[in-house]
Amino acid sequence: MRKMTIDDKLGLNKFNVDESYSHIDVDLDYKDEAEIRKLLLACPAECYKYEDGKLLFAHAGCLECGTCRVLSHGKIVTAWRHPNGNFGVQFRHG
Amino acid sequence: MSEEKLDAIIVGGGLAGCSAAIVLAKAGLEVLLIERGDYCGAKNMTGGRLYGHSLEKIIPNFAEIAPIERVVKKEQVSLMTKDGALDIGYRSAKLSSEPENASYTVLRGEFDTWLAQQAEEAGAMLLAPILVDKLLVEDGKVVGVEATGDQLYADVVILADGVNSLLAQQIGMKPELEPHQVAVGAKEVIRLGEDVINERFGLRGNEGVSWLSCGDPSDGNFGGGLLYTNKDSVSVGVVATLSDIGHSDLSVPEMLDRFKEHPAIAPYLEGGKSIEYSAHLVPEEGLAMVPELYRDGVLLTGDAAGFCINLGYTVRGMDFAIESGRLAAEAVLRARELGDFSAQTLSYYKTLVDNSFIMRDMKQYKGFPTLLTQRAIFEDLPEIADDIAGKLFTVDGKPGDSVIMYAVNLIAKRTSARELVDGITKILEAF
Repeated sequence: MRKMTIDDKLGLNKFNVDESYSHIDVDLDYKDEAEIRKLLLACPAECYKYEDGKLLFAHAGCLECGTCRVLSHGKIVTAWRHPNGNFGVQFRHG
Repeated sequence: MSEEKLDAIIVGGGLAGCSAAIVLAKAGLEVLLIERGDYCGAKNMTGGRLYGHSLEKIIPNFAEIAPIERVVKKEQVSLMTKDGALDIGYRSAKLSSEPENASYTVLRGEFDTWLAQQAEEAGAMLLAPILVDKLLVEDGKVVGVEATGDQLYADVVILADGVNSLLAQQIGMKPELEPHQVAVGAKEVIRLGEDVINERFGLRGNEGVSWLSCGDPSDGNFGGGLLYTNKDSVSVGVVATLSDIGHSDLSVPEMLDRFKEHPAIAPYLEGGKSIEYSAHLVPEEGLAMVPELYRDGVLLTGDAAGFCINLGYTVRGMDFAIESGRLAAEAVLRARELGDFSAQTLSYYKTLVDNSFIMRDMKQYKGFPTLLTQRAIFEDLPEIADDIAGKLFTVDGKPGDSVIMYAVNLIAKRTSARELVDGITKILEAF
């Protein structure tokens, strides 16, 4: 099979993104690179990015697994909620 | 709606929630099932194989009418190195020979939607897509839920809101999950076509295969790979324990790609078209992570209660979820007879769970989570197996040790006698 980027893969999914509300709050000024590395490796949707010493986060492709909350609650992740009803990913197959 | 009081509110329309709803609605109770996804199953994901025995108790012969994918008739387990795989395969008429011992591959979007329909047909009301924001607690007793600003009251609330049960955390029934207690699963559903699947995997009709592996896809990280055949697609995924992420430089998406590209897997996927990418947490610590199961006016079921076991060659959670939903419903029916929904009366749920296969099996395999944190299983074992198998099956006309001496030397080189004894002890303890 042809190799797909994470954006290709997320593009297969049905999302209804809540543009006005992020269900995850992130401390973008967080500096501990060991913590950041774990999160970058763990997030299946690659919602977290680290570019030029700066942490970036986008909730749009979030698969709502909870990995970042369990790994980094109280550190990088400052709040984690479920998206409001009707929003987020809707697995057709699952 | 806020004025009337329901008999029961169930939060979460997965397998535990729908099972509880069916049993309660059939008994004539006024049940509200609240799901945050557009439809039941929309937020759920499995590897996935469902062992059918517990749903059989609620809907006998369910596989005849439910949207199952395939009946598992072939089991395969592989130890994988970077470019090798030692497989143990088993196929037999004994596998899935009758409804009570049958297992099925399933996709949750379709399956949970169907199960929720059974609950609605039994008389339960389904409210979706609605997120429950919090539990209503009065004098220490759970009396209902708040959702989108509405207060809904009931005699009892059954929490079936999954592994990330924020509601159970909110009222302190359950602590936040620890990284060593859960694994993240990432999966693609890849469409191949029914005939191609049958030809490639050696299957007929609706026969299916379950294929689990450990070793290479996670690059020594605690975890493994999975492949299940669906009707016209395959579920291909990896699972990685969170506390071990970072042991290797591979990210979870890279583990999945590495698994898909492995020489033992890639030929099966050739020409396939990926149709969905999903991820989910899996509770993996077993007995040690089971929280409080009941309080005044509230019960905890399924993944929210940590009911899951991973033995490496078999992974179970869905059959536990269904059973716990049914048992929670039984406890609620008894509480209703007694007219008392206090913790004391609802403790009957724990008694039922303790006496069921859920606790029996979780206790029996309580050593497995420890066993599955032995680095040797994910790094040394696949390498040793690959070396020995390579020796066994290679003929090149050159002189060398006998296979047995080769194996002994190989194991001696990698481990000390003490490590070996320690490892074997852990394995024996786990069983």
